Amino acid sequence: MPPGEKISVQNLRLSYGSKEVLHGISFTVAENEILGVIGPAQSGKSTLLRCLNRTIDFVPDARVSGTILLDGRDIRSRIDVYELRRSIGMVAPLPVGLPLTIYDNVAFAPRAAGLKNRQDLDEIVERCLRQAALWDEVKDRLNSLGTKLSGGQQQRLTIARALSHEPEVLCLDEFSIAIDPVTTMRIEDVLKELRREITIILVTNLTQQARRLADRTMFLFKGEIVELDRNDVIFSDNPASQMTYDYVNGIYG
Amino acid sequence: MPDTGKTGGSRFSKTEFAERKERVQNLARWLFFAMAIAMIIPLLAIVAYLLVKAWPSLSLEFVLDVPRKGMTEGGVWPAFVGTVYLVFISLAVATPIGVLAAVYLNEYAKDNWLNRTINLAVINLAGVPSIVHALFGLGAFVYAARFGYSILSASLTLAIMTLPVIIASTREALASVPMAFREACWNVGATRWQTIRSIVLPNSTSGILTGVILQVSRAAGETAPIMFTGAVFYKAIERGDIFAYRLNEQCMALSMHLYTMATQVPNVDESVPYATAIVLLGSVLLVNASAIAFRAWLRSRKKW
Repeated sequence: MPPGEKISVQNLRLSYGSKEVLHGISFTVAENEILGVIGPAQSGKSTLLRCLNRTIDFVPDARVSGTILLDGRDIRSRIDVYELRRSIGMVAPLPVGLPLTIYDNVAFAPRAAGLKNRQDLDEIVERCLRQAALWDEVKDRLNSLGTKLSGGQQQRLTIARALSHEPEVLCLDEFSIAIDPVTTMRIEDVLKELRREITIILVTNLTQQARRLADRTMFLFKGEIVELDRNDVIFSDNPASQMTYDYVNGIYG
Repeated sequence: MPDTGKTGGSRFSKTEFAERKERVQNLARWLFFAMAIAMIIPLLAIVAYLLVKAWPSLSLEFVLDVPRKGMTEGGVWPAFVGTVYLVFISLAVATPIGVLAAVYLNEYAKDNWLNRTINLAVINLAGVPSIVHALFGLGAFVYAARFGYSILSASLTLAIMTLPVIIASTREALASVPMAFREACWNVGATRWQTIRSIVLPNSTSGILTGVILQVSRAAGETAPIMFTGAVFYKAIERGDIFAYRLNEQCMALSMHLYTMATQVPNVDESVPYATAIVLLGSVLLVNASAIAFRAWLRSRKKW
């Protein structure tokens, strides 16, 4: 494994029933980078994320082949799939506040992992809510329901929950489609802070968001990687593929 | 309110087509409304008819007293207590089995032939006529399991009868918890069971309990299954005694009592079977009303 390589995907192929969604893609994600993933709907972006934390296992008719290495180890060889999921944080497109208190939303994952000590939980809750830029807004009402927060607050709560199990990789799947631009910018600031500590995979429909945040960007189209390169190439006037140029500049897709 | 178009040639005046459209729309609405009203007429008629017929016999004494003078006088207490026993025991058996089965079917089961077979069995079990359940109960519990004609046999037969409906209503309640909650839990490394215990079950309790309570009326009203397996024509117990029956004994029941009073016992005052029906209907409606109130209360505390 090359030094600094966090995730290595090799020839990942996935089909739902008879319909192949990912046609054998390979790429690597470096430690502490932000990898942007862009591409039109139905390209397999969300499916790719579900493969990474193996929640694809819950989809009955999904068949996966190929290898995914996390820190050089095959994620399927890990005996404890729950441990794997804890090392990868996942933020879904729509904010999901669990029907629990704000505190319990963040403490959910550590508790599921067996942590009971109230003091440790208190610390985790405060740290994660601060990291997600939500602490100041909710610190006086940690016992009110997470589902009653506004959309933008719930999305930050979701991020706090994704950070609560101290993931090494954070995957965000179009986190900004249901929230306002101001909150989006606040979360983007949060991500810029987080990149010092963890690796981030940012799936987004907003090419400009990938341009602002990512170190490298991958253009995924109909289950194949069209181009994956540094941002100054992808968003330049002459990326390797004409399709990339067209997509990024809104001519196609 | 629609513009009546008095200004003649204005843009918003009514065309002939618009007027016809409105006439049809009014007609349709009144037709549907009439059918909805027509639905409550039978209910009101039944209750009113029963009340008028039952009036001479109705009193609190009628509920609390035992039958006297060859069942021509007195009350229905042994039958009332018997029905309470049967309903309570049958639901106590059917609820845990039904809820656990529903959790499996809704949360764990993959789409394969075994689970499709289970589903099919549940649906078909719900369609089996009660007289067939009665015969099965007779064969399985009274004879094969040697429980005899008893409260136990009758309750188990009722339990099997209510089970498929409890499974169906529980599955519905579980399915009403959004999938996104489960996925969020799985994403942070929770197991299926942790997800079910902390998110799915707590948020479907109201639906599950409502489904179970609505089965009270079914269990209380059935006659055939208990007639075959454990209900008896007459049983002497003390007036007002709640702990009158044992599991291995037969008992009286309101539905059976209603049948015997109406058809089997000579020289009974005409009002007695009607009053028995009122006691049965009244207790069932009371339980249902409390279920509705309970559900309303739980819904007001809904968390999303």
